[in-house]
Amino acid sequence: MSARNKSLVTGLVALLAGGLFGFGLSLSTMVQPEVVLSFLRFEDWGLMLVMGGAVVVTLLAYQLAPRVLGRPLLGERFHAHVSEWNRDTLTGAALFGIGWGLCGVCPGPAIAGLGTGNWDLLWAIGGIAAGALAQGLMASRR
Amino acid sequence: MQQQRFRVRQIIAPMMNDSLLATLFPLGWQHYLAGGLVIGAGVALLFVLTGLVGGMSSVFSSTWSYLLRQPYFQQARYLDSRGWRLAYAAGLIGGALVWWLAFSDGQALSTSVPVPMLVIGGFLVGFGARLGNGCTSGHGICGLGSLQWPSLLAVLTFMATAFLTANLVGWWTA
Repeated sequence: MSARNKSLVTGLVALLAGGLFGFGLSLSTMVQPEVVLSFLRFEDWGLMLVMGGAVVVTLLAYQLAPRVLGRPLLGERFHAHVSEWNRDTLTGAALFGIGWGLCGVCPGPAIAGLGTGNWDLLWAIGGIAAGALAQGLMASRR
Repeated sequence: MQQQRFRVRQIIAPMMNDSLLATLFPLGWQHYLAGGLVIGAGVALLFVLTGLVGGMSSVFSSTWSYLLRQPYFQQARYLDSRGWRLAYAAGLIGGALVWWLAFSDGQALSTSVPVPMLVIGGFLVGFGARLGNGCTSGHGICGLGSLQWPSLLAVLTFMATAFLTANLVGWWTA
């Protein structure tokens, strides 16, 4: 495959995978900040089922595919999610949680929610984009 | 067979009785589990076909790389992934649109969360997710799916601060 075709295929797969992700977020009502906030206030434990269901399927794929297939069906290698535990991860996660608790919106549902005609979420998307911008500018300076 | 099924129901029912389920999930539980499995299927599909790990918050940094020349945004990990991450985000909207057109009553959704909370909360979400290298999908789904213990700690951390914040706001505005 030429490089151009390869990135086209990757883009199409990402579009389809994102489609499933967005459909799941809507079906599970996670695109509604009110539902997320009701979980955070211990009124409805649904988010645990959403996360649990998603983690189990992902875990199976991440653990089995590299062993069974060796390499991805349309790609060169399996990438890995590598996270480190350091001060940035701690501070970042803590700030993320404060923001999430304030508005009930996180990056996936903010974007997906637009597909349900919820234009209010553009405010949250603007906030998230500004936050990512501020973080990147700060990281460039130090 | 009929009798056996009846017995199973007799044993399970007292443990998972309607009132417990209704307390934990007042709006029902099936759509939560089904939605979670579909989300997982999306992340799994991306991985099995392309080998890519699809957290959602990176798109907010990688897209800035089209406009900004600062070294942070010009890292290879953003330049190499910005194209498919935008397609992934577009798919997210498309998938939600399919749900909206096919399975909802066609009313546009809206939120009662006030605009300042959306903006300020969003800012902290964006800043925090990128500083901590992951959000609910990055650390929560992909990180836990990769059995990364730093991701577990990150999830526990943001769950804790989110519980605190949401309840404080709840009391404040009650």
